[in-house]
Amino acid sequence: MKVTQSNKSLLLKGGKIYDPVKGQYRNEDILIENGKIKTIGKVTETNTMDVRDCTDKIITHGFCDIHVHFREPGREDKESLATGAQAALAGGFTRVCAMPNTNPPLDTPESIRFIMEKQKDLPVHIHPIGAVTKQQGGKEMTEMASMKEEGAVAFSDDGLPIADGQVMRLALEYSTMMNVPVINHAEDLSLRGDGVMNEGKMSTRLGLPGNPDISESVMVHRDLELAKLTEAILHVPHVSSAKSVQLIRAMKATGAKVTAEVTPHHLYFNDTALENYDTNLKVAPPIRTEEDRLALVEGVKDGTLDCIATDHAPHTIEEKEGTFDTAPFGLIGLESSFGAVYTSLVKNAGVSLEQILDAMTIKPRQIMGFDTDLLMEGKEAELVVLDIKREWVFEKTHIYSRSANCPFVGEAFAGKPEMVLNGTTIVEISK
Amino acid sequence: MLKNKHLLGLENTPAEDIQMIIDTAFRFREVLERPIKKVPSLQGKTIVNLFFENSTRTRISFELAQKRLSADTVNFSASTSSLKKGETFKDTAQNIEAMKIDAVVMRHPTPGAPLHLTKHIDSIVINAGDGTHEHPTQAILDMMSLHEVFGKINGLKIGILGDISHSRVALSNIFGLIKMGAEVTLCGPPTLIPPYIQDLGVKINHNVDEVLEWADAVNILRIQMERMGVGLFPSIREYRKLFGITEERVKRLKKEVIIMHPGPINRGVEIDSQVADSEQAIILDQVLNGVASRMAILYLYLGGKSELN
Repeated sequence: MKVTQSNKSLLLKGGKIYDPVKGQYRNEDILIENGKIKTIGKVTETNTMDVRDCTDKIITHGFCDIHVHFREPGREDKESLATGAQAALAGGFTRVCAMPNTNPPLDTPESIRFIMEKQKDLPVHIHPIGAVTKQQGGKEMTEMASMKEEGAVAFSDDGLPIADGQVMRLALEYSTMMNVPVINHAEDLSLRGDGVMNEGKMSTRLGLPGNPDISESVMVHRDLELAKLTEAILHVPHVSSAKSVQLIRAMKATGAKVTAEVTPHHLYFNDTALENYDTNLKVAPPIRTEEDRLALVEGVKDGTLDCIATDHAPHTIEEKEGTFDTAPFGLIGLESSFGAVYTSLVKNAGVSLEQILDAMTIKPRQIMGFDTDLLMEGKEAELVVLDIKREWVFEKTHIYSRSANCPFVGEAFAGKPEMVLNGTTIVEISK
Repeated sequence: MLKNKHLLGLENTPAEDIQMIIDTAFRFREVLERPIKKVPSLQGKTIVNLFFENSTRTRISFELAQKRLSADTVNFSASTSSLKKGETFKDTAQNIEAMKIDAVVMRHPTPGAPLHLTKHIDSIVINAGDGTHEHPTQAILDMMSLHEVFGKINGLKIGILGDISHSRVALSNIFGLIKMGAEVTLCGPPTLIPPYIQDLGVKINHNVDEVLEWADAVNILRIQMERMGVGLFPSIREYRKLFGITEERVKRLKKEVIIMHPGPINRGVEIDSQVADSEQAIILDQVLNGVASRMAILYLYLGGKSELN
């Protein structure tokens, strides 16, 4: 991967531009100058321009991932904002939202400011998500309004579900003042017990403690009811089960302000992939059955699941090479994201390309209240160039994260991001 | 020739291999009846017994099997090991292998640990129990014991009673027995029977009297007292009432049923002393067959010829 900074004129020639705002394609050139879109239209080449032939390529908004873990501050041995940014670029992302389960957690305005300061000079826009409760303790609310002022775009206790219904209700009520999403990792911890994979035939065969799908769906149900009651904005992260999809679908039909995301790994794998106790597939919520996977695909198709988010969760080699019970939950997914999604949804399930592009560009930006009208002259460049015809195998060499806990290594993908333009940053992604 | 290099579990061991092991085990059983119980079959081979979890009977059984086969053995137990100093599983395994060994017999609390071990070392790995997953050598000795009584396994009706959820013995027995053509019914409180277990081809019946009446043999699993505190069943009194293999219960039966137990036994809890010590109990034959089975397993997996002289 080559990352350069350039104020030079850059001409993307002959590409097929997909504008998710209009849901339309057009065949035009894009001229970028000083990191801004100068022209969208037919552009005559001059010899001062850096010209890139984009024939047969799709150009669209840079991907936006609203669920990543960049581990800074505290666990920079797993990832930092800088290395996380490289991983994001390698996946075609220009904008990400970082979860607050750092050490210390992002639970004060000062900690939000720390992230905002550090991300300023990085080639990817990183937006912090603030904790809902102090120390992610699930009890006392954080200074959400002040945190929003500093740059927090949403609130979540991330991996720690807010178990207390009253705390969740109060947080949702309070959040209506700021009009930002509250994200709750939906798992009933008592039902999850010591489950390390989906409860089913596979967990029984492997002798591993199971985590039943209802540990997610009962929590999703509670949160949906609370969102409806409080009229707050609820975003359900990493939906993993058919039951949850059904509940979200039903609640959306009532007009509640609810959105939901699904990860590439839940769309790509089912629990039979855990046959060999691969710790890189140990993730929360767990990879579930093929029926669940198909329900998730259906959820993307009918729009119940609004966007794709990776839940990129780096862990060290030392932690992941232990036995299954000791390995931490989580996998990295930024670099492999588009390939996995294109392969599992477009190639194998007949979902339209436009739908997954929307789910990776405009939908996540809408959820977080980001600018969505990016393909306009004068706007800062935030683009990705895709080769959807490309067949490739995801290898370790495609990983730019500081960690390598990725179950997609060795998987055959279709569709690949080739180039990212983010302001003056030009990224040529590794073949 | 066996299909697999390692014995990790019975789920992936073909029926022919299980049969070959059982046949070989009967021949070693004859050796064990001789005045001199030792054969030179594995002379010069080095086996490490890697026990990350306490075990008495399995470990003694393996050690005896190894000694009877003239192998050199080294024992490692987690309580006295470098694990306490923070060494990782991978380093422990690789260090032991660096000392030039032929096989590892491993007991580990984590399901999948033996498979994990095969990724770090080249030696042959024999699973002596991995958490709540499998305990293949126990299931083989159980099947050998059934074979001894009935002359076959195919078509037998076997009940497995007690705490199925936390039992590696149950899972290996299920995989093995189904593969060898037996019918299996599980019996115990629903809280101690894992979900989706029917998908493996077994039946469930919570009425122990019906199961005893139906079965040719029942394998009674140990009830661990610590399961009671976390609400998996309310009391020993009620457990005994519903599932205990009491003398009265056995006397009421219209036919004789073979009683098995992998040990250690909680007398007066899951089984009465009178039953455990009765003629129809083959619990001590299982122990002897355990040594013979493990001899056969080590002999076959460590490259012994299937023809034994």
